[in-house]
Amino acid sequence: MSTQTPTHTLTVNGQTIAVAHGTTVAAALAIAGNGVSRISVSGQARAPVCGMGVCQECRVWVNGQRRLGCQTLCAAGMEVVSTHNTALGQML
Amino acid sequence: MSKDADVIVIGAGIVGAACAHALAQAGQRVLVLDDHRGGATAAGMGHLVVMDDNPAELALSHHSLEQWRGWVPHMPADCAWSACGTLWLAANAPEMDAALEKQARLQAYGVAAEMVSASALQALEPVLRKDLTGALKVPGDGLVYAPNAAQWLLNQYPQAIQVRQVAAVDVEEPRVRLSTGEWLKADAVVLASGIYATQICPELPIRPKKGQLLITDRYPGTVHHQLVELGYVTSAHHAQGPSVAFNVQPRPTGQLLIGSSRQFDDTSVDLDPHMLARMLQRAQHYLPGIGDLNAIRCWTGLRAATPDSLPILGAHPQRPHLWLAVGHEGLGITTAPGSAQILAALMTGATPPLDPAPYSATRFAELS
Repeated sequence: MSTQTPTHTLTVNGQTIAVAHGTTVAAALAIAGNGVSRISVSGQARAPVCGMGVCQECRVWVNGQRRLGCQTLCAAGMEVVSTHNTALGQML
Repeated sequence: MSKDADVIVIGAGIVGAACAHALAQAGQRVLVLDDHRGGATAAGMGHLVVMDDNPAELALSHHSLEQWRGWVPHMPADCAWSACGTLWLAANAPEMDAALEKQARLQAYGVAAEMVSASALQALEPVLRKDLTGALKVPGDGLVYAPNAAQWLLNQYPQAIQVRQVAAVDVEEPRVRLSTGEWLKADAVVLASGIYATQICPELPIRPKKGQLLITDRYPGTVHHQLVELGYVTSAHHAQGPSVAFNVQPRPTGQLLIGSSRQFDDTSVDLDPHMLARMLQRAQHYLPGIGDLNAIRCWTGLRAATPDSLPILGAHPQRPHLWLAVGHEGLGITTAPGSAQILAALMTGATPPLDPAPYSATRFAELS
């Protein structure tokens, strides 16, 4: 018995990709070739480390809100943007 | 037995580092011992704020801030100096009166302080809630990243200051016993290890006053000054029970550092979710949108509090060759330079920059 795995189409830093149901946003970033999730204060590239919501390195914008990429599942139509690809500074 | 240094300083936090720096300036050869467990310097907010609860606190913090302003242009960028100034926020007419009194006290001492109207406050900090009565602006205040500032101080006199990562477990002055069993000898020993000083000197009248802090992700330009509620002085500073007060700093990274809480005699490093929630509710009361920001870390630390909130600086009354630089509570970063100058002057026979009497250990019955 085989079933077709459902997929979701979303954009990652403007690039449209399709991922399997259950894929995390952090994984989608890697699939899209965006291993760098953010840039540190001192200018170093950062990538997801812990996969469990502790290291905070996978902070990304998801539909305009800051989310932990490793704790967020991809959904159809989602717009994911690495934090270094956006103007820093979101007023309250 | 030959000596290992002229002075052994126990503790490489901001107070120990400043003492080593001042002693090196006075020509002493200093050995600093630190076990890297991390104390109040690593946990604190790093604010440089003139405080005026009493004349001795005002004298020490004002004098120290002048030292800081002399140092910071020479510090590397990672010390994160910011000349953000402080806005003391008044939420009602009595707090506005308190702001005016504070302004008079500071100005009488030569500290610049200006009143800010409600409308001017909104222009300065648009994200504050709209119904505040006004504020007192102290433009000379600022902030640093204290762990790096301490390291910078220790690096200033490489010929005179040596740092060793080891735990000092006992003092039989002028000797210090290490956790390795080794004894080190000097002419004098300075105890500058914050609340941990009580492990070596249990008679010290200092108690842990736990605090919690939270830092957000980067939101540059959200606030521009350190924001502190004027109720801070009444609601938190003198309180005996657990208390919270609104205190937010714009870090140079664009992050917001949110404080503050106070709990006596809790020596655990665990977060207290109830106190953290109270603290954040207080912050939300002043910055209504702050709940939408992403917090990335919260942590705790222990202030070393004396009964009168002034540090203990000077000779241990019963133990020759043992000197004390402890009990700075929440003002250690601010007052480290002045504390160190006073201590170094007393130790070397020079004239202290301030009257050292209010900070003397002899003011406590336990030590006299």
